[in-house]
Amino acid sequence: MKLAYWMYAGPAHIGTLRVASSFKNVHAIMHAPLGDDYFNVMRSMLERERNFTPVTTSVVDRNVLARGSQEKVVDNITRKDAEERPDLIVLTPTCTSSILQEDLHNFVERAQLEAKGDVMLADVNHYRFNELQAADRTLQQIVQYYIEKARKKGELPENKTEKPSVNIIGSSTLGFHNQHDCTELKRLMADLGIEVNTVIPEGASVHELKKMPRAWFNLVPYRELGLMAARYLEEQFGTPYVDITPMGVVETARCIRKIQQVINGQGADADYEEYINEQTLYVSQAAWFSRSIDCQNLTGKKAVVFGDNTHAAAMTKILAREMGIHVVWAGTYCKYDADWFREQVSEYCDEVLITEDHGAIGDAIARVEPSAIFGTQMERHVGKRLDIPCGVIAAPIHIQNFPIGYKPFMGYEGTNQIADLVYNSFTLGMEDHLLEIFGGHDTKEVITKGISADSDLAWAKDAQAELNKIPGFVRGKVKRNTEKFARERNVSVITVEVMYAAKESVGA
Amino acid sequence: MTLAQSEALTFECETGNYHTFCPISCVAWLYQKIEDSFFLVIGTKTCGYFLQNAMGVMIFAEPRYAMAELEEGDISAQLNDYDELKRLCLQIKRDRNPSVIVWIGTCTTEIIKMDLEGLAPKLESEIGIPIVVARANGLDYAFTQGEDTVLAAMATRCPDKAPVAETEKNERNAISKLLNFGKKKEEVVKEESEYVDHPPLVLFGSLPDPVVTQLTLELKKQGIKVSGWLPAKRFTELPTLEEGYYVAGVNPFLSRTATTLMRRRKCKLIGAPFPIGPDGTRAWIEKICSVFGITPKGLDEREAQIWESLEEYVKIIRGKSVFFMGDNLLEVSLARFLVRCGMTVHEIGIPYMDKRYQAAELELLEKTCKEMGAPLPKIVEKPDNYNQVQRIYELKPDLVITGMAHANPLEARGINTKWSVEFTFAQIHGFTNARDILELVTRPLRRNNNLKDLGWDKLVKEEAKI
Repeated sequence: MKLAYWMYAGPAHIGTLRVASSFKNVHAIMHAPLGDDYFNVMRSMLERERNFTPVTTSVVDRNVLARGSQEKVVDNITRKDAEERPDLIVLTPTCTSSILQEDLHNFVERAQLEAKGDVMLADVNHYRFNELQAADRTLQQIVQYYIEKARKKGELPENKTEKPSVNIIGSSTLGFHNQHDCTELKRLMADLGIEVNTVIPEGASVHELKKMPRAWFNLVPYRELGLMAARYLEEQFGTPYVDITPMGVVETARCIRKIQQVINGQGADADYEEYINEQTLYVSQAAWFSRSIDCQNLTGKKAVVFGDNTHAAAMTKILAREMGIHVVWAGTYCKYDADWFREQVSEYCDEVLITEDHGAIGDAIARVEPSAIFGTQMERHVGKRLDIPCGVIAAPIHIQNFPIGYKPFMGYEGTNQIADLVYNSFTLGMEDHLLEIFGGHDTKEVITKGISADSDLAWAKDAQAELNKIPGFVRGKVKRNTEKFARERNVSVITVEVMYAAKESVGA
Repeated sequence: MTLAQSEALTFECETGNYHTFCPISCVAWLYQKIEDSFFLVIGTKTCGYFLQNAMGVMIFAEPRYAMAELEEGDISAQLNDYDELKRLCLQIKRDRNPSVIVWIGTCTTEIIKMDLEGLAPKLESEIGIPIVVARANGLDYAFTQGEDTVLAAMATRCPDKAPVAETEKNERNAISKLLNFGKKKEEVVKEESEYVDHPPLVLFGSLPDPVVTQLTLELKKQGIKVSGWLPAKRFTELPTLEEGYYVAGVNPFLSRTATTLMRRRKCKLIGAPFPIGPDGTRAWIEKICSVFGITPKGLDEREAQIWESLEEYVKIIRGKSVFFMGDNLLEVSLARFLVRCGMTVHEIGIPYMDKRYQAAELELLEKTCKEMGAPLPKIVEKPDNYNQVQRIYELKPDLVITGMAHANPLEARGINTKWSVEFTFAQIHGFTNARDILELVTRPLRRNNNLKDLGWDKLVKEEAKI
């Protein structure tokens, strides 16, 4: 047992649901108690999704506990199959079903006999994997399922595409800026003259999966999601993969050079040096930004970085290598993949921090007192408490981290966005600091006094206490409305009764 | 409207495939209400993930809640439950020093049959902090019923005798002196005499403090004294419950608490409609008055005056129809109020219907429908969301009150929705807050009125299948 207030990566089934609901026409059925379908709320809220999230629950209740699910799961699968005709139904175990140890495999097999679509069981152990690992696994599982199915039917394509082509693997629902990244990557591929063969899982149909072997290579932009699928495809078809995250000017160039090497190895004749040069020097503003006076002022400033592997590693390199910022420590909550992180960042920061404990992170921030933090929403709030600005670079994230405007983190436009994010975080801190030195926002106090000072009315003790219970941001308004009400009626002492009479009359 | 006018309310029960919050969500409002408590949810990452996301920004305000996250060793009983819980509770005692630790049992503790009720008294005597056990799990309960399980457990902790006058008075005075410093003794005596002589009344249900004040004052106007509230602001201030005390509920989802108060504490339950909406508030007060043989004063005028002040809102919804998908058990009371406002209710989805505890409310609903000439709605227990969405497509209600999982998709299909969870967190009780209910109910209609000429009603391309 461990005492936990906050977690960075969610439970395993969230990963499975993220992958399943990213595909088009795939439905997930959770084997879970009432209330575990919170995923639907998150997707509907955070992604502002217009469609119903294709996730339902086969509810585990007292009856199930007593007698087992019996027909229930099978019925729910076949019912959903008939109602919506999904291509695939993914039966998703949860922590509850993990300990019930029902034979879900058997349910899947039985349901498959009746269902028109495909049915599969997500092979994920709740107590051993987190959201990210589960997502990676589920994606690999689905890819393998459809490759094998096509192979059996003899539907696997024989050849590669005529021109160099790529599968972009790992863009998913509820991923941090994934949709924008995906658009940017497609644009980058178009610039490089590479055809996009498939993008999975976001927006893909499972029927597309069988044509994945046609691609010349696979691009896996995120460390957390897609590697297993890419490795599977390499093992089956010898398709090479590029797993360099194109985030930041240097890494984007490195990714492009790797792509060049991979496709030239298969007979293409690509030379991207000119393109990299043009983009770096004149199109993307990030290289110029590094050179400008603005960025000069950031030299040696202290920052800390925390997030998932992909974003924390990339961010650390950008700050240290491209902007000359002093990264005191960089950390990740991807404990299961800590070695990779260490290897990536150790030369770019003083210290590496691997933990899932937000308390330890908070302490480490307080100890270092950086000028800016780059982290998750939790670090943003630590920053608020300590008065240090924070740029959010990784999940867990809030609705404001699902912007409507175009904000990729990858590719050349991504470098621009990151430059803004970094610069704005630091200047905000500077501005605040300067204001403090020169006496703060001097008008604030006076204005408040001006409004409340002329209060000629007495507040009874209980009414005063009641007033204090009202949240600060509306208290002033309630007070003014109540006093206005009292004055109009020539009430000299405001009691609780007067307060509520006032509320009823004006709806204050 | 083609619904046949039926004679009585109809009750149906569907598959129970619906969306609602897990009942552990009650910690979110209860830790705020009971200021000296600490809530320990004994469950898995799934529970933690839900709370972390459902509580939104509250999670950053150092809440007095935590997960005791079960690991593989706990599930397979390689670790000793008692030792593990002791370790965590001592840590909580050290860091927060609460007056009570509430253990929230979850689905997992049910399945592995962790004997929380058995462990609690032992640990309680060892660490010296009361431990209250509430099994608020998704196997048995929905959303607000979580509070019901906690309050039912708390009810057994209420002192059973008013402490002896002398010693207690001094002690109380010490605190009350601090609280109402300066208040003279005569005033206190005078206050006492404003009340009619009636047996002690204790109200149950967690409400924000301002609402507690409002309802208490409302009863005071009738000369009724509220001897205590379950829960109080602090665990140390739980009300005395002696045999024969009267109790009344303020929320429709408190049936276990009511049962516990009647059976275990031998209290007498006043079965009344709930004080939601001016009609409900009035009926609630009237019922309490009638039990105590008091003739209510000025209620007619009070209710009329509130209705008058609501007219601008009522105008917006009069003649419109509403569909409750059902997820928080407030549905019957809200539907009754909206019928009184002139709305037609197609369907009242509800997770669980206790016809005995809600008897007076159901009766008032029926009466209201008849008086307003509205068709009697169908009450659907354990609804099936998929079927409901099909019915919504058919009925085309003017407003659907539903959870967040369905709200955006329905809006995109041109159907007005109001997010149901807001009703559980907004202040909706008593005369004073009737306006707040209508503020919520009319918001989507007012918003869409503002946008109506833009031609942006349906924002999904193909007529989606679901």
